Amino acid sequence: MTVYENIYDVIVIGAGHAGCEAALAAARLGSATLLLTINLDAIALMSCNPAIGGLAKGQLVKEIDALGGEMAKNIDATGIQFRTLNTKKGPAVRASRAQADKQLYRLRMKQILENQKNLHIKQGEVISLYMKNGLLSGVDTRSGIRFLGRSVIITTGTFMRGLIHIGLCNYPGGRGGDLPSVGLSDNLMELGFRVARLKTGTPARLDSRTIDFTRLEKQYGDDIPTPFSFSTKEIKMPQVPCHIAYTNPRSHEIIRSGLSRSPLYTGKIEGVGPRYCPSIEDKVVKFPEKERHQTFIEPEGLSTVEVYPSGLSTSLPIDIQFAFYRSIEGFENVEIMRPAYAIEYDYVDPVQLHASLETKLIPNLYHAGQINGTSGYEEAAAQGLIAGINASRRVSGKEPLVLGRSEAYIGVMIDDLVTLGVTEPYRMFTSRAEYRLLLREDNADLRLREKGYMLGLADDELYAEFKRKRELIDAEISRLKNSRIASSEEELDFLARHGVNDIQKGTTLERLLKRPEVNYEIISGIDPVSRETRSDVKEQVEIQIKYGGYIERQLEHISRASRQENTRLENLDYSVIKGLTAEAKEKLTRFKPDTLGQASRIQGITPAAISVLSIALKMQERA
Amino acid sequence: MYKRDTIAAISTPPGTGGIAVIRVSGDNSEKIAGSVFKPAATNHGGFESHRFYFGKVVDSEERAVIDEAMVVMMFAPRSYTRENILEIHCHGGAVVAEKVLSEILKSGARLAEPGEFTKRAFLNGRIDLAQAESVIDIIEAKTEAALQLAQQQREGFFSRKVTEVAEKLRLSLALVEACIDFPEDDPGSADLSAINSSISFADTVLAQLSSSYGDGHLIRDGISALIAGKPNAGKSSLLNALLKNERAIVTHIPGTTRDIIEESININGLAVKFLDTAGIRHTDDPVEQEGISRTLARITTADIVIFLLDSSRPYSPEDDMIFNALGSEVPVIYVLSKCDLPFLIDLPDSFDNIPLLRIAARFDIGVAELLTRVRDTFLKSAGEDLRETITITRTRHRDAIDSALKIIRRLRAFKEEPLELELLAVDLREILFILGCITGETTTDDLLDLIFSSFCIGK
Repeated sequence: MTVYENIYDVIVIGAGHAGCEAALAAARLGSATLLLTINLDAIALMSCNPAIGGLAKGQLVKEIDALGGEMAKNIDATGIQFRTLNTKKGPAVRASRAQADKQLYRLRMKQILENQKNLHIKQGEVISLYMKNGLLSGVDTRSGIRFLGRSVIITTGTFMRGLIHIGLCNYPGGRGGDLPSVGLSDNLMELGFRVARLKTGTPARLDSRTIDFTRLEKQYGDDIPTPFSFSTKEIKMPQVPCHIAYTNPRSHEIIRSGLSRSPLYTGKIEGVGPRYCPSIEDKVVKFPEKERHQTFIEPEGLSTVEVYPSGLSTSLPIDIQFAFYRSIEGFENVEIMRPAYAIEYDYVDPVQLHASLETKLIPNLYHAGQINGTSGYEEAAAQGLIAGINASRRVSGKEPLVLGRSEAYIGVMIDDLVTLGVTEPYRMFTSRAEYRLLLREDNADLRLREKGYMLGLADDELYAEFKRKRELIDAEISRLKNSRIASSEEELDFLARHGVNDIQKGTTLERLLKRPEVNYEIISGIDPVSRETRSDVKEQVEIQIKYGGYIERQLEHISRASRQENTRLENLDYSVIKGLTAEAKEKLTRFKPDTLGQASRIQGITPAAISVLSIALKMQERA
Repeated sequence: MYKRDTIAAISTPPGTGGIAVIRVSGDNSEKIAGSVFKPAATNHGGFESHRFYFGKVVDSEERAVIDEAMVVMMFAPRSYTRENILEIHCHGGAVVAEKVLSEILKSGARLAEPGEFTKRAFLNGRIDLAQAESVIDIIEAKTEAALQLAQQQREGFFSRKVTEVAEKLRLSLALVEACIDFPEDDPGSADLSAINSSISFADTVLAQLSSSYGDGHLIRDGISALIAGKPNAGKSSLLNALLKNERAIVTHIPGTTRDIIEESININGLAVKFLDTAGIRHTDDPVEQEGISRTLARITTADIVIFLLDSSRPYSPEDDMIFNALGSEVPVIYVLSKCDLPFLIDLPDSFDNIPLLRIAARFDIGVAELLTRVRDTFLKSAGEDLRETITITRTRHRDAIDSALKIIRRLRAFKEEPLELELLAVDLREILFILGCITGETTTDDLLDLIFSSFCIGK
């Protein structure tokens, strides 16, 4: 074993979406950082769909941006179709989504990494952690190099003992076309971690030259693409449409005819797959009454003919795949360029982590991304960012960054992971956030920019601009609260023409804006000042005023819950606490929650158990 | 199971009865059974679960027989507390049962606190919160109807009704969440009007439960009826007739009943606490004055006032004092007493439109009618069998249901112009949280289960 000359502060294993953010964050915070990957040409590769964002995921990307991560900027620079989802619904549940040019996305991220100070990028497969006197001291690679490091972040994605299934045929692989990572998960098990299997899948990549697009419905992006990053001024990439196609009863017949050779239905696959991302055979079996399933045909890039049929992932045998894809209208002659497959991989149950993403078992070791049982680029990137920040802070002796459930989707996700653990791939949903109205895309900077700046991940100029925006918002809100309408005939006439009636004399602009039928445009008809107000400021003011009552209620909940959230559960021997049920004792001992708030979210922990715990804590205090 | 100390208590009510039951719960139960009980036929040193054994309870030190008894072991988890339970059925009477209990306490159990068996049943997940509370009600139940009501609640009638509402709302929430989180899958083509109908269903059911609180709480807590009247108006005679025994002192010397005497009786399921009071008259006797001011004060705090007017004597300033003290908040039944005597009362005009009930307590005339009126004043479900209607009895439940109703009513106000989905979700979550507090259930992740099992979602 050759011991490499450098001693790194942070070693990141894997250069997917988690690994890239982790390495960048650590290096930007001044840590000497090493990024190791099996294949330097696959940095930030999008293994599945060529898109970033979506419901709850868009929120994650904006939070990553506000904290100083790279994902938002990267998609802004390489996105070829931008859409805001849920525009007909309220601002809290609007989300951005963009199609990426897969190759450009990967290349730009590689370039960013290459230009990053304090960061080395090397090709190499880590086969074990290097422990010296019981302390984590580095990693060993297959080619015989030992890299020394003070902390390690594992972001192995689907690579650990990856096994690819196409029908009843299967072979080891980390992703279609890539080798798996072998040995590392065995090493983790030897060190005492609980390791288990998950499964996910991806559809075939099709040759767009063999699809009759004239028979498909086009779906364009927004006329004016809205960037993800708060610092991107404008999207410069050319924009292209997606297409919508549908399966039909014959497609479903073909699917059914292949079930006897499905690795899923014959029990070949042990890993649990995501319910929210079912394979087409799953959908056909579970919802037999549906006559068709929709698919979006997404381009993989501007300079490739490959397209991605979303929603049509499968692990059925290749002959069934041929027949199935060709059964779709417009796809009669379609050529498969890469087959669809399912992949099983090892993950480490994240209940073994602190909220900092450091493992409870081995100090200075962090896990981020799919190794924690999540799925999705955005979920991975967000964890990578937090792991990178915390590994770097750990090495320099600082307290970890832990975001609360009321602060960020990132906080909700990590709390879910480390509190409840994972038994199926975890995806972010807005419904997982109890404070959804507060955790919006539009205010991600207001929620987190300050934190990013304090950490050292936002430059002064950016921060000054953000502070200016925040001041303008506050000023505008107090202006609206204190401006009364004159109730002149002209004003009332104008308002009536816009469907606003029954105006109370001398009402404030704030109260006027609260009314569902009133928006800023109407206000500016009678209020010259707001014509000059910046549009991003108006957006914030309008949302804050319109949601006002509900937001207040949520804030109240938060302050009520904060005592539980801040009560730490340390050194408690649950087995001797009187009044806890056997189930509660077993769960608390297994999940080892850090706080009373976390304990309350574990299934099977009843309100009664929580009160027993808080009594036990009080008695401990007194003793 | 887990280690917890063993508790014991006499489970039958105090006083003389045919048998008394002593209950023991905890890990030591079987050991205690072995040491205090000698079966008539050998049980080979062990007890079968849920089987009665006949034998003798013995004093461990003197080896003396305390009583003959039937003994049953119920092993965990097939018992009320889900712990090992021992029950000793011995002869009734305080002395015997106390002696058996003290023998058990000597053998390694401690005296249970009130409600502790139920508390254990709850903590061990045997019953939910609503059920646990109604068990306490059974213990405290004052009348048969209250007992049946408590029984009904324990068996989960109430919980089931609340759960039914919660399930419907949860499905609505799942639909809302699916529409929000999966806009491209369009589960929204699913029918949003289903949400409206489950909200109005919740409205109906919860409103019903809420309004049943009146009766439910009356049945559980009973009401207080104040018998007011000037001295010697026949209050104690009436009370005696009501109680059908000679508890209260009846005398012809005015002012004998200086203090307030309380007695409870049961009118077709309604527990009524009758308060006999000092007769009201102008007096200089300080003791009596105190009694009178207390009576006047209680007129406004009683649930109902029975105003006795002595028909054998003229209307007097004392009668007028009482008449003027009667407010409009408390219902009053006006009663002419002593109707078996010559009729001498001359009521003023202010009584013109007031219905008067005539009674003669000595001959039990009009007393039953009075009881019926008292009951009907309170129970809306008059005549109905109370066991058939689902009723809530706890203030906590009523408050929870009312705060859920408040949100529901607000939601229904938006019917014309549907509320934005994310706000609807906030409200539905809050309602579900409140309903969950009633049954003590928490529901976090099952919403996603519901979404994925109900809607074809995902790509």
